[in-house]
Amino acid sequence: MIATAAPSRSPRHALNDGDLRSLLLIRHFERALLRLFEQGVLSGTTHTCLGQEYIPVAVSALLRDDDFVFSNHRGHGHFLARHPDPHGLLAEIMGREGALCGGVGGSQHIYHRRFLSTGVQGESLPVATGVGLKLAGTGALACAYIGDGTWGEGAVYEALNMASLWRVPLLVVVEHNGIAQSTPTSAQMAGTIAARAAAFGVRHHHVTSTDVGEIRQALAPLVDAVRAEPSPLVVEFATHRLGPHSKGDDTRPPEEIRRVRESDWYDRHAELDPEWFARIDREQRELVERVVAEVSARPHSRSGGAA
Amino acid sequence: MTRVSEHLNQALHDLMESDPSVHLLGEDVGDPYGGAFKITRGLSGRFGSRVRSTPLSEGAIAGVGAGLALAGDKAIVEIMFADFVALAFDQITNFAAKSTSMYGRPVPVPLVVRCPTGGNRGYGPTHSQNPQKHFIGVPGLSLFEMTPFHDVGELFARMFGLGRPCLFFEDKVLYTRQMFRIDDLFRFELVDDVARVYLDGAGRPDCTLVTHGGLVHRTLDAMRALLLEDDLVCELLVPAQLYPVPPLPGLEDAPHVCVVDDGTEGGTWAAEVATALYPRLWDRLRRPITLINSADGVIPAAPHLEREVLVQADSIRAAVREALS
Ligand SMILES: Cc1ncc(C[n+]2csc(CCOP(=O)(O)OP(=O)(O)O)c2C)c(N)n1
Ligand SMILES: [Mg+2]
Repeated sequence: MIATAAPSRSPRHALNDGDLRSLLLIRHFERALLRLFEQGVLSGTTHTCLGQEYIPVAVSALLRDDDFVFSNHRGHGHFLARHPDPHGLLAEIMGREGALCGGVGGSQHIYHRRFLSTGVQGESLPVATGVGLKLAGTGALACAYIGDGTWGEGAVYEALNMASLWRVPLLVVVEHNGIAQSTPTSAQMAGTIAARAAAFGVRHHHVTSTDVGEIRQALAPLVDAVRAEPSPLVVEFATHRLGPHSKGDDTRPPEEIRRVRESDWYDRHAELDPEWFARIDREQRELVERVVAEVSARPHSRSGGAA
Repeated sequence: MTRVSEHLNQALHDLMESDPSVHLLGEDVGDPYGGAFKITRGLSGRFGSRVRSTPLSEGAIAGVGAGLALAGDKAIVEIMFADFVALAFDQITNFAAKSTSMYGRPVPVPLVVRCPTGGNRGYGPTHSQNPQKHFIGVPGLSLFEMTPFHDVGELFARMFGLGRPCLFFEDKVLYTRQMFRIDDLFRFELVDDVARVYLDGAGRPDCTLVTHGGLVHRTLDAMRALLLEDDLVCELLVPAQLYPVPPLPGLEDAPHVCVVDDGTEGGTWAAEVATALYPRLWDRLRRPITLINSADGVIPAAPHLEREVLVQADSIRAAVREALS
């Protein structure tokens, strides 16, 4: 799964075409979902990863085909960065033919190849530890994405303890966006994630950059160590949730939302190389529009008819 | 006209106002969010630290609620989606419920755990369940459910009055319905704990249905179709207390009884109701009590698949027709 195309870098920019494509595919996919909800076409709920797209884009290039990825409620980016199959994912969310899991799981419950998500917070980490235990020694690892709020669940600690004791190749990617649904981290987490990892003797790395190349460069040797030693690692990203928790439920004050917008990668990348960015942006927007049109025209999925 | 969600919200306001020993805990229950389903809106602004938005820690917040109750106060714990009450199973069944009797003397634990249940909203397998059945028959634990007929303030008073922990289930679709107003074909009255819904002046019904709050509207839709299209008169009984099963009124001359239960098949509340009724009705029943449940399967996210799995008005109607044919 390492870089799909030969990296053709923008001269003024650390990003290659493939990374920008991936970022923008996720961005336009998530925007399309919110639009479809507004139009009343989608049911249930959805959690977009707007603003956080760069995390799975950076991480996925460090993953191998035989790694196992565990995702959560905010998982569309995790999936698309690993498997660029927007048709299958949208069909799953819309319950149409070609759905990844027959439309049974929907947005939050996907099992496709070595990618698995579930909608109960904290549930995945013990399972990832078990999968990692099996993978230990093969060079493969189990990677689990969790949010800051999920550190409230006891299962997270029970898993970290075992992963450390048993030297499990477990990569925990923490998307610390400072909020859990409506509750700011300051109101739900005492102490720090770093100190919690340290308490279990688990290595912790803090990422503040939003630059995909820079992040990868820093993480590559650490992820290699997870595989080789093996040992667990917690990588904590300081990030921002651009959109609502699900849809239409953002109660943050406007100043805060404005601050979050200012930290978004989208405009920054667009300014660095406008022509290059605009070309790929249009390409991915149109791709997502086509995916929406095609999948919307399909008949309903049949249960047991997973793609 | 009051929506069920507003009625609940008002009841919580009244309760916390009138009883300063009541605490409320749950994820995102504070303002301005006011809970995932907005049931706790306005409470944190009014009652300060008696209302706490908690970390994602279902097991521990149920335990904290039990601790407040043990220490002489009262606690309401909101589980954001009933599915996650599984994470609090130990605290509820092995601590809160057992503590009322395992120390060799009565220990009051006035704790109410509120659980928004049910599907038909496309939320998928981990956000749509009816976990009532998993808590039936736990010594020291009582189960109640929100209905459109029961004043919820009175229910809170009753639950706290028991001095033992209670689970209170609230169907998420019911939140959007009106309190005390139903299909204009039927009337209702309260007979002790149980709401009795009947056709005015109809005499003996062909079938008596028993259901819980979340299924009331689907069952009423079925009753309407059975009456208008099949010429079958049904009566409906809706207890607010699910377990222990309370006395159900007026079944003595029912030719047939159907229990309608949104939980999945197997080890069900419906079976528990039937077990309670058989000794009483054995001589008079012409055929076994019909049990109607959701299918034995996970609840799919896609609406067209979800619909097939859950109990619907048409499946209730079909089951009643078949039983009476
Ligand atoms: C066990 C459990 N409790 C509660 C929820 C409801 N819920 C879904 S996401 C969420 C907040 C999660 O916050 P965080 O882990 O920070 O992830 P983020 O949404 O910020 O990406 C909550 C409370 C859940 N899905 N599972
Ligand atoms: Mg978060």
